Amino acid sequence: MNALSDGLSRFGGVYPLPVIIGVVALALIGNPSTWVTLTVAGLAMGMMIFLMASGLSLVFGLMDVLNFGHSAFVSFGAFIAASVLAAMGSWLTGSSPALNMIALLAAISAATAFGAASGWFFERVIVRPVYKDHLRQILITMGALIVAEQLLLAIWGGAPVPVARPAVLEGSVLFGNVAIETYRIFAFFLGLAVYVCLYLVLNRTRIGLLIRAGVENREMVEALGFRIDRLFIGVFMAGSALAAMGGGMWAGYQGLITPALGAEMLIIVFIVVIIGGLGSIEGSLLGAILVGLVANYVAFLMPKLALASNMILMMAVLLWRPYGLKPAVMG
Amino acid sequence: MSDAILRLDDVHTDIAQYRILHGVSFDVPAGGVHVLLGRNGAGKTTTLRTIMGLWRARKGAISFCHNDITALRTPDIARLGIAYVPENMGIFGGLTVEENMRLASTTGAFDDERLARVFALFPAMETFWDKQAYALSGGQKQMLAISRAIIERRELILIDEPTKGLAPSIINAMIDAFREIARDTTILLVEQNFHFARSLGRGATVIDDGHVAWHGEMSELAADEALQTRLLSLSMAEAS
Amino acid sequence: MTSQTRPNDTVSAPAMSRARVGRMIVYGAVGLVGLALLFAPFLFPDVRSQEVAARICVFVVLVASYDLLLGYTGIVSFAHTMFFGLGAYGTAIALKNMGPGADAILLGGGAGVLAALVLALLIGMLSLRVKAIFFAMVTLAAASVMMVLASQLSQFTGGEDGMTYQVPRIFSPAYKLLTDADGKTLRLFDVALNGKIALYYFVFLSSLILFLVMARIVASPLGTVLEAIRENELRAEAIGYKVVVYRTAIFCIAAVIAALAGILRAMWLKYTGPEVALSFAIMIDILLMVVIGGMGTLVGAVIGVVIMSLAQFYLRDLMEIAAEATSAIPLLPDLLNPERWLLWLGVLFILLVYFFPAGIAGTLMGKGGAK
Repeated sequence: MNALSDGLSRFGGVYPLPVIIGVVALALIGNPSTWVTLTVAGLAMGMMIFLMASGLSLVFGLMDVLNFGHSAFVSFGAFIAASVLAAMGSWLTGSSPALNMIALLAAISAATAFGAASGWFFERVIVRPVYKDHLRQILITMGALIVAEQLLLAIWGGAPVPVARPAVLEGSVLFGNVAIETYRIFAFFLGLAVYVCLYLVLNRTRIGLLIRAGVENREMVEALGFRIDRLFIGVFMAGSALAAMGGGMWAGYQGLITPALGAEMLIIVFIVVIIGGLGSIEGSLLGAILVGLVANYVAFLMPKLALASNMILMMAVLLWRPYGLKPAVMG
Repeated sequence: MSDAILRLDDVHTDIAQYRILHGVSFDVPAGGVHVLLGRNGAGKTTTLRTIMGLWRARKGAISFCHNDITALRTPDIARLGIAYVPENMGIFGGLTVEENMRLASTTGAFDDERLARVFALFPAMETFWDKQAYALSGGQKQMLAISRAIIERRELILIDEPTKGLAPSIINAMIDAFREIARDTTILLVEQNFHFARSLGRGATVIDDGHVAWHGEMSELAADEALQTRLLSLSMAEAS
Repeated sequence: MTSQTRPNDTVSAPAMSRARVGRMIVYGAVGLVGLALLFAPFLFPDVRSQEVAARICVFVVLVASYDLLLGYTGIVSFAHTMFFGLGAYGTAIALKNMGPGADAILLGGGAGVLAALVLALLIGMLSLRVKAIFFAMVTLAAASVMMVLASQLSQFTGGEDGMTYQVPRIFSPAYKLLTDADGKTLRLFDVALNGKIALYYFVFLSSLILFLVMARIVASPLGTVLEAIRENELRAEAIGYKVVVYRTAIFCIAAVIAALAGILRAMWLKYTGPEVALSFAIMIDILLMVVIGGMGTLVGAVIGVVIMSLAQFYLRDLMEIAAEATSAIPLLPDLLNPERWLLWLGVLFILLVYFFPAGIAGTLMGKGGAK
C-alpha cells in the first residue's frame, strides 16, 4: 500500500487516477470511437456533478456543516431552468444561435440566481441556529430536504417534465468517425470554466486566502480579526448557486426530469465528496470526474452493475484512503 | 492603576458544564512582559481565550485600553489591537509563510520596515517565505506564529506557552526576540518554563484553581523560592 | 481540575414534580397504547384498523431500535431500513421458494438477520471511527445501493413489484384456531378466532418482547456507557472505554433488532417490496417518529409511531377539507393537497428540532435526548 502511495506521489499524486481508469477502460472496451464517446460523456457528467458537489464540500470544510438539503438546490435549479426554457420556447428552438444561447443562459442564470437567494435564506433560517450541533444539523437539513421536495411536487406536480434544449446545442459534432453530442462539450467547458474561476478566486484573491485559512482553522481566522460568519454566508450562497447551476445543466443533459432527481443526485454528490475528500475543490473535481467516467464505462461494460458502480468506487477509495483522495486538511 | 492596558474584573468562565474560572481579577500594565503562571489546568489558557472572546465570560468584565470588551466578538477584539498566539500556534499549514503573514495584516499589504524587523528577528521567515507552513520545524512554526502577531503594530499580544517542546538553544533565541518585541508593545505571556518567564517578566500573576493566587513583581517571586514552591509546585520549580 | 463542579447539580423542586407529572402522562399514554394494541382485534375489528395496529407494533420496534442509535448513542445512520429490509426480504425469499413453513421463516429470517449483522459490523468497523457526518453519508450511500440491488436482482426479489407469498397455515385466515360445537371458527365478542388473530398476536408479542429487550439494554451498564460516550466522547475514551467498539456493538444490536422487525413485517403483510420494506420514505418516517416521540427515551418511539400513524390517516382527511375550503386561492390548495401531508410534517419536524429537540416524551419527562 505504501509503495503504491509513494509511486503515485512521484507521478503527480492522485491526479492521474482518471487517466489510469481511462486507459484500463480503453483496454476493456477495445473500440476507440466507443471509448471516446463514453469518455466525453463521463467528463461532461463529471463536470456537472462537480458543480453540484463543490459547494457542499466547501461549506463543509469551512464550517463543518453538512447540508443534507443541498440537493434541493440541484432539483430546484433543474426545474426552474426547465420552466424558463419552456417559456422561451421560440427563442430556444429558433434558427438564430445567438437567441438560442441567450435563452439557455437566461435559464441557467435564473437557476443560479435562485440558488444564491435560497442559499441565503437557507443559511440564515435553517443552518445558522444549529451551528456546532451535528445531530440537529443533520436532522434539520434533512427536514428541509423533505419540505423542499414536497414544495417541488406542489409546484411542478409529480409527472416528469420534458426539457427543451437550444437548437444550436442539439445534435453532434463529428471528429473523424466519432460523434460527440454538442451539449456535452458545452457542459464540459462550462464546468471547466467554473472550476478555473473557483481556483483563481481561492488561490489568487484575499477572500480565497481567507476561505482556505478558514477551512484549516476557523478560530484563528477570527482571532486575526476576520468575521468568519460573513465569509461563510458568502460561500454558502455561492455553493447553492453552483448546485442550482449544475441542476439546470443536468436538466438539459437528461432531457426529462422528475422530482426524484434531487434524491438521486444527493447520493451521487455525497459519494463524490467522500471520494474527493471534504473541503477541497480539487478533491471534488477529481471525485466528480472519477464518478462520471466510471458510471459511463461500467454502464457500457456491465450494465447490471451500473447503479452500484459508484458505491463500489467509494468503498474502494475509502479502504485505501479513509479521508478521501484529496481532503483539505489531512487527518 | 490607571496605566493598565488590560483589566480583568471578577471574570467567571464555564466550559460546557465545567466551571473553570471563578472570579479572576488582575491588571496588566502597559509595556513590557507580564507573565501568567500556574499549574496545569489552573485556568491560564482559559483566561487568554476569555480575553480573546473565544470563550465567553459568564460573569465579570474585561476592559482593554478602558474599553469594555467583555461582550465583543473575537474579530472585533482583534481589530482593537490584540494579537493572539495560541498554544497550538494556529499556523495555517496549507498556506505559505507569506500567506500566513499576509492574513495577519489588516490591508493585506506589508509595511517594509516592520517586515524587515521580522526578518531580522527570525531570519528563517525570509528563507522559507514561499514554502508551505506545514513543512516548517516546531521552532520555526512558533516563530511564524509570533511574526504574524507583530507584522502590524499591536497594543497587546497574548502568547500561550511559546516554549513548549522547543530546544533550549531556541528558547534562548526566543528570549532575545521577546525582549526586542516588548520594546513597543505589551505581552501577556502564559508560561510553564520558569527560567523563560523569569528572564522576561516584569510583573507576574499566578493563577490556581480558577482564582488569582498571587499578583506582583516578577523579581519578588523569583527571589522567594518558598513562594514558588507553594504557588507553582514542583513542575514549575524544577525548571528554575 | 478538582474544583470543576457541575452547575445545576440540584434541580429545583417544582421542576422535579413537573417532570414526575410528565413521566406519569407519558407512561400512562404508553400504557394505554399497549392496552389498545393488546385488545386491538376486539376493539377495532375492521381490516384497516388491524393493519394499522400491526404496523404500529412493528414500527415501535423499528423506531425504538433506531433510538438506540440516534438518541442513546448519537449515531446518525440512514441504513436502518436496509437492515429492516434484509430481515423482510430474507423471510420473503425463503417463504416464496421453500413454501409456507416455519423452517422457511427460520432459515430466511435467520439469513436476513445474519446478513444485517455482518453488514453492520463491516460498516461500523470501517467508518464509526470517523466523524458523525461522514458516517451518515456512508450509511446513506450503502442504503441506496441496497435499494438498487433489490430492484436489479429481480429474479430473487421481484424487483420494483416485490413478491407475495403464503405464510404457515396456522397464520392464515382460513385456519380455525378454536372451533365451536358445529366445527366452525369460534367467535369471541363477534370476532372470529382464526389464523389472522394468531398472526396478530404473534406480531404483537414478538414486538413486545423485543421492546422489553431494548428497555433492558438501555438500563444495563452498556446503556450507561453509551450515554457517557454521547455526552463526551473524549472523556469516555480517556476513562478507558473503547468508543469504536461500543458504537459498533450498539450499531450491530440495532441492526439485528431492525432485521427481526423486518421478519415480522414480512410475515404480517405476506408481501415484501421496496415500498414497504426498503424505501427511503420509510427511513424518513423512522427519523420523524424518533424525533417527534423523543430521542433517547425509548418510550418516545411508541408515542412517535402512534402520532405519525394517526397523522398519516387523519392529517390527510383534515387537509382535504382545508384544500376544498381554499380552492379559490392560487397555490394554497396545492400546498394543502392531502398528497402533501409530508410537507407539513416536515415543517413540524423542523420546528420540533428547533424548539423541542427532546421531542414529546423527552419534553414531558424533562429529559433531553439530544442537546
